Amino acid sequence: MEKWLEELQSLLPEGHVLTSLADRHSYSFDASFGEHLPDAVVQVKEKQEVADVLKLANRYKVPVHPRGSGTCLSGGPLPVHGGIVLDMSQFPAIIDLSPRDLTVKVTPSVLTGNINKAAEKHGLMYAPDPSSAHVATIGGNLAENSGGPRGLKYGVTKDHVLGLEVVTPEGEVIKTGGQTIKNVTGIDLTKLIVGSEGTLGVIVGATLKLMPKPPAVQTIMVAFDEVRKAGEAISQTLTSGILPAKMEFMDQACIIAVENFQPVGLPVDAAAVIIIELDGHPETLRVERGLIEGIMEEMGAKEVIIPKSDEEAAKLWHARKQVSPAIAKIKPTKVSEDATVPRSKIPDFMDRLELIKEKYGLEVVAFGHAGDGNLHPNILCDKRNVEEMKLVEKAVEDMFQAALDLGGTLSGEHGIGTMKAPFMELELGEVGLDMMKRIKDSWDPNGILNPGKVFPEKGQKLVLHHD
Amino acid sequence: MTSSLKERLNYDKTFDCVQCGYCLPACPTYETMEKETHSPRGRINLVKMVAEGKASVEDLKEPIEKCLGCMACTTVCPTNVQYGEIFEGAKRVIDEERPRRLVEDFLFQSFFPSSKWMNTLGNATWLYQKSGLQKVSQRFGLTRRAPLQIHEFETALPAMPGPKARRNRADRYVRKRPASAKVGFFKGCVMDSVFFETNQNTVELLLRSGAEVVFPEAQTCCGALHAHTGKVDHSVELAKQNIEAFEEEGFDYIVNNAGGCGARLVEYAHLFDEGTEWHERAVRFVSRVKDISEVLAELDGLVFEKELLKTVTYQPSCHLRNVQKVTSEPLDLIRMIPGVELRELERPEFCCGSAGVYNIVNYEDAMDILDVKMQDVCGTGAGGVVTSNPGCQLQMKLGVAREGLEMEAVHLVDLLMEADPRPKW
Repeated sequence: MEKWLEELQSLLPEGHVLTSLADRHSYSFDASFGEHLPDAVVQVKEKQEVADVLKLANRYKVPVHPRGSGTCLSGGPLPVHGGIVLDMSQFPAIIDLSPRDLTVKVTPSVLTGNINKAAEKHGLMYAPDPSSAHVATIGGNLAENSGGPRGLKYGVTKDHVLGLEVVTPEGEVIKTGGQTIKNVTGIDLTKLIVGSEGTLGVIVGATLKLMPKPPAVQTIMVAFDEVRKAGEAISQTLTSGILPAKMEFMDQACIIAVENFQPVGLPVDAAAVIIIELDGHPETLRVERGLIEGIMEEMGAKEVIIPKSDEEAAKLWHARKQVSPAIAKIKPTKVSEDATVPRSKIPDFMDRLELIKEKYGLEVVAFGHAGDGNLHPNILCDKRNVEEMKLVEKAVEDMFQAALDLGGTLSGEHGIGTMKAPFMELELGEVGLDMMKRIKDSWDPNGILNPGKVFPEKGQKLVLHHD
Repeated sequence: MTSSLKERLNYDKTFDCVQCGYCLPACPTYETMEKETHSPRGRINLVKMVAEGKASVEDLKEPIEKCLGCMACTTVCPTNVQYGEIFEGAKRVIDEERPRRLVEDFLFQSFFPSSKWMNTLGNATWLYQKSGLQKVSQRFGLTRRAPLQIHEFETALPAMPGPKARRNRADRYVRKRPASAKVGFFKGCVMDSVFFETNQNTVELLLRSGAEVVFPEAQTCCGALHAHTGKVDHSVELAKQNIEAFEEEGFDYIVNNAGGCGARLVEYAHLFDEGTEWHERAVRFVSRVKDISEVLAELDGLVFEKELLKTVTYQPSCHLRNVQKVTSEPLDLIRMIPGVELRELERPEFCCGSAGVYNIVNYEDAMDILDVKMQDVCGTGAGGVVTSNPGCQLQMKLGVAREGLEMEAVHLVDLLMEADPRPKW
């Protein structure tokens, strides 16, 4: 056995360092692509243990890859360089609410959905709502800067973090930010850590911002016979003084897939639908609903559907949630992207997707958070088909290029991880990327924290196929 | 004909898993064993690794053997992964690599499938309890020396009826007036030996609901235990025998009262290739299989006369809830009893840890799961637990004893009988 591993085992309680092949395979993947076998999985339950592991790893220069529930869609926790997977999911889950301050302190293993549940008991809410919130840990959400449908009105994870407790790659424990809404003391390390994908430090605690829970919600579904009209209607709504909590888009392929999977009565003949959720005081919702009906009519909507009951509304949102599994029935492998464009460019982006689809003869569908320009184009393929996967690699590259041409970004909420790293320079430029890398190098001089993520390695290309 | 390892492990089916992890919060063993290796996603991945030759069958053994098979994961899976088939395939491959043991062969090939052996087991238990041997051995701690923590379960067994009661049971209960339904009763093996009284109560409830009840003689063990331990071929033979046995008369329902058996019966069609004659016969069989709670609700022929001043909670059998998808009927029936207050569990979908023979072969792990369950049970403040499967009932009794509580654990049909059910018309 290697010396570092022996020392690691003596450092931690028995059973917290997993080295059997079955255990190592079980932490070799996440919800994205690729499988990489770690040398050991370390389950930590105290911040001192995290510090000890990092100190040791730093001494032996062993890579450490932090992991929450492994629901990442961009490869964040994958141990691409072997070494250690640091399993944070078994840390004691503590939610310490301060309703009068509208803040909450959490440990990294808390499931994100449980924070909102706890807040709701006090008439408050934790706004970020990634669709995996009932499984994903807040630690992973912070590291990846996760979003969700409510991002349109409330922003993403970084907009709700007041302070962090972080273990540095050298094994020191630091605190960033604080617990006040206003805090301009020094450079904002909190925002630097959030979204750094586990490359700068391991988050062991966070103070999050809560908001008053809106007293009511109103769902509206609008069908269009042209995708372009749907895009224009979104812009028109947002410039009319209304800010819905969610504006979700589904193209015809998605609508049909959902209806084939679990029929709920979506209009299969529509080119696209938008599902809107307004939130606020019931009186305001009544007025805004009327305004939206007017706007949609003016914009040439095919149909405006107002659910008659809460159950009917829940059904529509359930249908939206079913898109992901439903399209997986078209073909077994789903390459899901989250390239994001300025909202006014959604129709143009949709046109570009159509061209890419024709160029490579692939199945491409689009759905997602259209209100904030964060579409999820998905390519449906079969990873056992090498030739097809090579085409998919090219198509993904074209998608990124299209998003950047339109003034957008590689990732709206899933993170860069392994798959998007090769395209970083395209968006940031050589110097921009180098400045980012310099920050990384000064935090982590030995490059032990989550190597192989965010920053491309020399000549790195997107690879989705196995020869 | 030998099929490839990939085929036997249902390799193609593992691709339905997109590794989203939505199954993690639903899995009891992931919660208590705190490792992805003991989660549905981890197990499916390992099956895939073994099929690809990246890990050995030996690596797969522990994670698969520690799976309860409660199927809670299948109720939350967004892509409808056929976990049951992947799990059974893995069990089979593991079983094929294991050296044969004579005791095991006897248990699965001769013991469970035989009514004679099952009656003997029931009578032996009766003798043990009545002769004072139970008291003696408990006083001197004799059963404590038995393997597999038998002493823990032994104290949880219900009182047995004598051999006479067993002999006197009829095979056919007909009515003078026209019957509301003709029921073929699937008596089960352990159910009919150790839980004989519960079977009798089930028949009584059906009769009072206006049905007539027949015990087809040729019926045998459902094959659940065989399938769960990897003996798939044998379980197919048992399935054929049962399908045949219940074809002899035109039954409206094929009724059982054990969630675990029922779950096996409703899956008979998956054992045969589509388009074959056996598949067709299995489909016909399955379409009539119902849990007792479903049939009582459908017949709607009972009123409960006696007020029972009890507060109870309901622990559903996982196989009744997750495989047979029966959720509301047992609750509705409990609510029909005057005086009974039903306090539902916070997490009824969480397995109690009984899981067939799991609590016997994986005793420590089963107790960890039971402890989580008992916290929920205690949280309701109920004075009794109602279950819908014999294994769950024993496990709940064990849980009550471990917590040092005064609480009863009863099968739903026994509770219903206690409330003096009368025919509605």
